[in-house]
Amino acid sequence: MRHSEQEKLISGCSVAGIMNESGRKISGEAIIRSIAVMRERSNGLGGGFSAYGIYPKFKNYFAFHMMYDDKKAMADAEGYLKTNYRVVKSEEIPTIEDKSIKNRPLLWRYFVELKDKVKNLYYDLTEEDIVVNDVMKINAEIEGAFVTSSGKNMGIFKGIGYPEDIGRYYKLEEYRAYIWIAHGRFPTNSVGWWGGAHPFGLLNWSVVHNGEISSYGINKRYLENFGYRCSLFTDTEVILYLFDLLVRKHKLPFDIVCKIIDAPLWEEIDRNGDDEERELLKTLRIIYSSALINGPFSIIISDGNIMMGLNDRVKLRPLVSLKDGDTVYMATEECAIREVCKSKKEIYYSKSSEPIIGKLKN
Amino acid sequence: MKRIRIDEKYCMGCRLCEVHCIVQHSKTKNILKTYMGECSKPAPRIFVEEKGYVTFALQCRHCEDAPCLDACMTGAMYRDKETGAVLCSEDKCVGCWMCIMVCPFGVISRSSDKKIASKCDLCMGEDMPVCVKNCPNEALKYEDSKD
Amino acid sequence: MAKRPTPTEFIVERDKDRCIACQVCVRMCSNDVHIYDADTNTVTSDNSKCVGCHFCETLCPTDAITIKKNESSFKPNANWSVSVISDITKQAETGGVILTGMGCDKPYTIYWDHILLNASQVTNPSIDPLREPMELRRYIGRKPDKIELDYNKKGKIELKTMLEKQLKLEVPIMFSAMSYGSVSLNTCISLAKASHELGIFYNTGEGGLHKSLYKYGKNTIIQIASGRFGVHPEYLRTGAAIEIKIGQGAKPGIGGHLPGEKVSKEVSEARMIPEGTDAISPAPHHDIYSIEDLRQLIHALKEATDYEKPVGVKIAAVHNVVPIASGVARAGADYIAIDGMRGGTGAAPKVIRDNVGIPIEFAIAAVDARLREEGIRTKVSLIAAGGFRSSGDVIKAIALGADAVYIATSALIALGCSQCQKCYTGKCNWGIATQDPYLTKRLNPEIGVQRLKNLIRAWSLEIKDMLGGMGINSIDSLCGNRTHLRGIGLSDRELEILGIKSAGEPQ
Ligand code: SF4
Ligand code: SF4
Ligand code: SF4
Ligand code: SF4
Repeated sequence: MRHSEQEKLISGCSVAGIMNESGRKISGEAIIRSIAVMRERSNGLGGGFSAYGIYPKFKNYFAFHMMYDDKKAMADAEGYLKTNYRVVKSEEIPTIEDKSIKNRPLLWRYFVELKDKVKNLYYDLTEEDIVVNDVMKINAEIEGAFVTSSGKNMGIFKGIGYPEDIGRYYKLEEYRAYIWIAHGRFPTNSVGWWGGAHPFGLLNWSVVHNGEISSYGINKRYLENFGYRCSLFTDTEVILYLFDLLVRKHKLPFDIVCKIIDAPLWEEIDRNGDDEERELLKTLRIIYSSALINGPFSIIISDGNIMMGLNDRVKLRPLVSLKDGDTVYMATEECAIREVCKSKKEIYYSKSSEPIIGKLKN
Repeated sequence: MKRIRIDEKYCMGCRLCEVHCIVQHSKTKNILKTYMGECSKPAPRIFVEEKGYVTFALQCRHCEDAPCLDACMTGAMYRDKETGAVLCSEDKCVGCWMCIMVCPFGVISRSSDKKIASKCDLCMGEDMPVCVKNCPNEALKYEDSKD
Repeated sequence: MAKRPTPTEFIVERDKDRCIACQVCVRMCSNDVHIYDADTNTVTSDNSKCVGCHFCETLCPTDAITIKKNESSFKPNANWSVSVISDITKQAETGGVILTGMGCDKPYTIYWDHILLNASQVTNPSIDPLREPMELRRYIGRKPDKIELDYNKKGKIELKTMLEKQLKLEVPIMFSAMSYGSVSLNTCISLAKASHELGIFYNTGEGGLHKSLYKYGKNTIIQIASGRFGVHPEYLRTGAAIEIKIGQGAKPGIGGHLPGEKVSKEVSEARMIPEGTDAISPAPHHDIYSIEDLRQLIHALKEATDYEKPVGVKIAAVHNVVPIASGVARAGADYIAIDGMRGGTGAAPKVIRDNVGIPIEFAIAAVDARLREEGIRTKVSLIAAGGFRSSGDVIKAIALGADAVYIATSALIALGCSQCQKCYTGKCNWGIATQDPYLTKRLNPEIGVQRLKNLIRAWSLEIKDMLGGMGINSIDSLCGNRTHLRGIGLSDRELEILGIKSAGEPQ
């Protein structure tokens, strides 16, 4: 059941990410092994994966991964989808039979494109804006239906269970992706709703997060100022929308976004000897003071081009990384990387607010 | 050399400095006993002058070129080597009042009980003169003077 | 007809065993309460004149004085209280409006005392402000929704956005408007100098600027009120920001009145009015009868100062504060200062002070929420004012949505004010609300500055402690963050307007 109370979810977690910067695809086997070694950090109440590059045949269509509580929710959501989109393919998401996986919803995916008449109707919006509005609408208003992911050539697979079990359940070893992100969850409350697992996604975005942000209240209200509806009451949702706002709508590069959500201290800004840079940092902080993320966190986020790991201003949550040739690994703990990367190179412990970035080469 | 600086802009004219000066130079140094128990309370050695709304508290300036030192025939009036303060030694003073006559500031007076001169001694022995310490508006300051 | 009795409010209790008849009290009481009898060498008192300012009590060297409330009373009556009877009696005698000073003292609910703050446990570590950085800096002013960047030939990022002028506050607390005239020059100097040293701002009220205050221009908010006293080009150019005063929390809907007794030569120069005349500012600005007029004035002022200074608007918290604030934001104000009903004044009709307006808690919560709904919250800064008593009140106001707060009464209390509410008489014993040179010298600005700095420093330390407890290291992340607040002892409706949950409800 989806929790309907307006109550914020709190959880601790493990995160991992693997990216091949040349776009070479790897099977889901690796990421499952990587997240599995951090089993200690999750408690079987949530696990999930996002994968980029998995639908090359449909790469020009939005891939909607959906969860339904029942057939009625499915009918309602499909009805809504069909009014705005042309559905080129719809199918059940393949899974194995596994008795340990409980309370599973109906899992479905659709490859769609916006109808021309809808684009004409909303001529002042981009296609992405329309998709975002529809996703928010389905999530907030269609009882029992939830959009897990809505990007192109990517998808999110998640549920209640240990992450490795969830991965096998979705047969992820059969998918090949150039970016894999995984999450194991340790929620402090036991809401058994599949949509509440991570990663959290919107358009091409997917994000996993470890920590609890104390600026949640203002981040959420700030986003509402720009039309975002934070209906899930999770930090992850807020982080994702902040990236969507800053990168997609305000067209800011990732490193600038990091300077907003992980703003340098005023003391450092005042000390900066480069006049132009100081002015830039100062202006960023003044304009985006409500987008600052405060409190302990480490995140891995991707839009399909970039995979970025980032932690908070004072580094209260761990995040390690390693680059081996054109493959970038990130994880909460070193063991998760050592499990899948043969390189003997030293692990990199990033500093507070220091983004670790993997970038697709053309 | 530390001196009392007067900031008349902020002197409220409350005369607490006088009260505390009297107490400090009394036998018991206890305010209630000084005023109500002791047979004779000392005269103040600080004087609050008033003109219109302007008030200020004046006491011995411990002049560099002190006329009272020259005028004193017994050598009772002397300059303390350590502090540079102008002091009156009670056992040498014969009460001729020459010092009172020559003091350009009029801050030497007759002692209330003995026939000797009485004047500000910067509360020798205290780390700060009591008028300065007790002024509620910091109109008196105990500072190093440049001259 | 026999004169009807008005009970004396206070009794000056003098301990005969302690009074040394030093006459300090006699000299110091501006209300001539203490009387020295040379024949008996004793001091007695005329209780009827005592206003309860405690100045004599503070100075008496033997602690002989205690100022007590007069317990002798009429028959207890919840409706016809002593103060009601005294007011009626006074009005029956004088036929006039009852004046008073300072803020509303009626026991309306103080909502700050019904709001509780959060602290972190386990899932989110608290931060130790002694070891970790803790930022209190805020910028007040209009901000664009987004930043515009460009890339130069070398591919380096260049800033295209030209931010409008902002006020940089090292601590989100400023000194609210108090005019030279209603308060003494030494009060103004204390506020100005303390602001300068603290990196914050004070506000001239409608008193104009005394020549000795020009040097603090960078820390001055210049106010323009309906009387336009003391407004001239140099005045406008001197301040860091300009504030158009529409209303005041203590007396919404009415103008100001500075009695002629307080208009000394220097006050008259600063205000540009004749010496000794009453300075009366009209209830409305006679050139602002609508939001469009306000918009024109804002732009005229910006034009006159080359767009170099933020222009803010101060309004009183009244029932319609929400749409008014929204209109003010749309009229182009860089900040809106909202003054709640507990805000102070130098003089106001008592009936207005005690019965008009709404508490700042509701006003700030409702305005912040509405501006966000309308998507214009980032365009304007909000300053809350009116009766802030502690760092706890301040931090709650910020969490409700204020960018910063204005304090005035608590600043005066730091300077000695004892809330006797007699500011309008011009006889303030503490040298604050007076122009009498015999009284004004009692406030030594050197001491004043230190005390104001101490107060703000103390509150800053406390705010840092509370922020750290919430796991936040920048005030930016608390501003508008109501998830850290919970209500206690409030109705659902009150919680809803404040936009907070009840104590006991999780996030
Ligand atoms: S105690 Fe201070 S304020 Fe009072 S009279 Fe003496 S010098 Fe003036
Ligand atoms: S100040 Fe105190 S001791 Fe002095 S006369 Fe007044 S009551 Fe008596
Ligand atoms: S100084 Fe104040 S408290 Fe004391 S008697 Fe005068 S009015 Fe009353
Ligand atoms: S400012 Fe002076 S007159 Fe006004 S309340 Fe404070 S002490 Fe009384």
